[in-house]
Amino acid sequence: MTTDLPLTPEDVNEITAILDGSHFDRLDLKTSRLRLRVERSAGGWTQAWSMEDDVGSVATAEPFAAAAVDADIPVGQVAVPAPLPGTFYRAPQPGAPPFVEVGAKVGPDTVVGIVETMKLMNPVHAGQSGTITAICIDNATMVDGGAVLMLVQPD
Amino acid sequence: MIRRLFIANRGEIALRVIRTAQRLGMTTILGASEADRQSWPARAADEVVIVGPAPSSASYLSVEAVIAAAKAAKADAIHPGYGFLSENATFARAAAAAGIRFVGPDVSSLEAMGDKLMARKVGMAAGLPVVPGGEAADKAGAMAQAKATGFPALLKAVSGGGGKGMKRVDRAEDLDAAVDMAMAEAQASFGDPRIYVERFIATGRHVEVQVLGDGETAIHLGTRDCSIQRRFQKLVEEAPAPAIPADKRAAIEDAAVRLTRHLNYRGAGTVEFLVDAETFDFYFLEMNARIQVEHPVTEAITGVDLIEQQLLIADGAKLSLTQERVLPHGHAIEVRINAENWAQDFRPSPGRVTEARWPAGPGIRVDTHMAAGGDVPPFYDSLVGKLIVSGATREEAVARLAAALDRLEISGISTTADLHRAIVRDPRFIAGGVDTRFFEGLAHG
Repeated sequence: MTTDLPLTPEDVNEITAILDGSHFDRLDLKTSRLRLRVERSAGGWTQAWSMEDDVGSVATAEPFAAAAVDADIPVGQVAVPAPLPGTFYRAPQPGAPPFVEVGAKVGPDTVVGIVETMKLMNPVHAGQSGTITAICIDNATMVDGGAVLMLVQPD
Repeated sequence: MIRRLFIANRGEIALRVIRTAQRLGMTTILGASEADRQSWPARAADEVVIVGPAPSSASYLSVEAVIAAAKAAKADAIHPGYGFLSENATFARAAAAAGIRFVGPDVSSLEAMGDKLMARKVGMAAGLPVVPGGEAADKAGAMAQAKATGFPALLKAVSGGGGKGMKRVDRAEDLDAAVDMAMAEAQASFGDPRIYVERFIATGRHVEVQVLGDGETAIHLGTRDCSIQRRFQKLVEEAPAPAIPADKRAAIEDAAVRLTRHLNYRGAGTVEFLVDAETFDFYFLEMNARIQVEHPVTEAITGVDLIEQQLLIADGAKLSLTQERVLPHGHAIEVRINAENWAQDFRPSPGRVTEARWPAGPGIRVDTHMAAGGDVPPFYDSLVGKLIVSGATREEAVARLAAALDRLEISGISTTADLHRAIVRDPRFIAGGVDTRFFEGLAHG
């Protein structure tokens, strides 16, 4: 695979220097792994990188989370969605009791779970006043943004 | 001689290590998680081994999984990058037990710098100034220490990190309650109630020194300033640290080399100091026994490839560089482009990148693993790339940074590019030499 152009930052600088001394405004390069476009822009140059479409299955990469599909939401109930994609936790730390169980009374700002995204813990708020009627996702499960975590029966 | 190098990391640093290793003629093997099998580093490496599923606890942070993958790949050395297992003594020992070289310092150095109190003791033994203060075994000890240190004082957890368990105490009468709270927080967060007391330095700058050692000799490659931080996360780094008198800078560099020699340190490391922004008195904080995210600014002003130096030293070579041959010139600035929405309290922004247009041209270096069609997975930290600019002077570098940021365009995810556009136009940044309160005073929007 090393026989392919590695296209290092030094290579990009050399390409840019050559273009800068020419009358060309743009250069497209394609390797088996990546595409590079070096282009004039606002008094300088840009380098735009792109994954080559026919390599691997980038366009159809498997989703990280299996729990992205909307659950059937019974009439009159409201979903508590994941604010971000990430790992859903029901308790503030391992071994601690869950934030809420079915039957719990919640207000709009009640924290009902956590979604861990990029090493940050994001609180999940109930979003409305009511009673928790279902917890749709297991603890420590990957979820997509917007996935239905719980159902609330509004007051 | 290292022929087959295993890279136990991901993202831009994995790609960075792959490039230098390939230039040196090594075969590179990337240990990637399932989530990173289509990543740019995976495309650039000569071979790819899957070390585990997406969550880092089962892949990049698993000593067992990484060592097993490196052994199966018949690697003769492992480069750990930064973060993950890079400063993990157990990992370094496991590599040695598997007959694989660890590209990093000896286990003894990793252990000496492993906890903050230990690092403080080692620093003092090497004759480095540390922030006045000391350990407190119990509450009475903390009270006595704080009274001796003076106010304002800072209470810190011995096992702490990331700002947890830290309390500032301005008056003696507040001390009793603050010690209780700090010890309770330390116990809850780290299972270790021990705290220590330091004098609080109101106007501190974060200045660090890049060092290289081969176990016998040690040299430095100058200073970096990383005072622009948010919640102890660095946002902007530059080399050399601006607006410091030459004699003070030399004293800081000497102190860093003294510690490196004291440890008989082997490899690349960074010695961090807190520098008083007014008096330029300096205090040793800790040593990072690995390559740093911000290493390119040092490379930009010295022309030294620090990854190459790491690999040579790991291979048993003596330092070929001498202090006299390191001649820094010019000024370099790095900004971290993170997948975060600055306007929404730095909310993480994972997702598919639809466009990745970075600046190019003289004095510009981009270290990134992000191309259009690539994913920013929700499992790892948010760094998607680093823009490094250099110029003959700091003014030139700042002007170049402003122009380069205007050409940067990443779509599909939110990034911190706009934050940096605000920083580069801030008069305090343009003047240079800001302290760690810079971010609080940044004009938002």
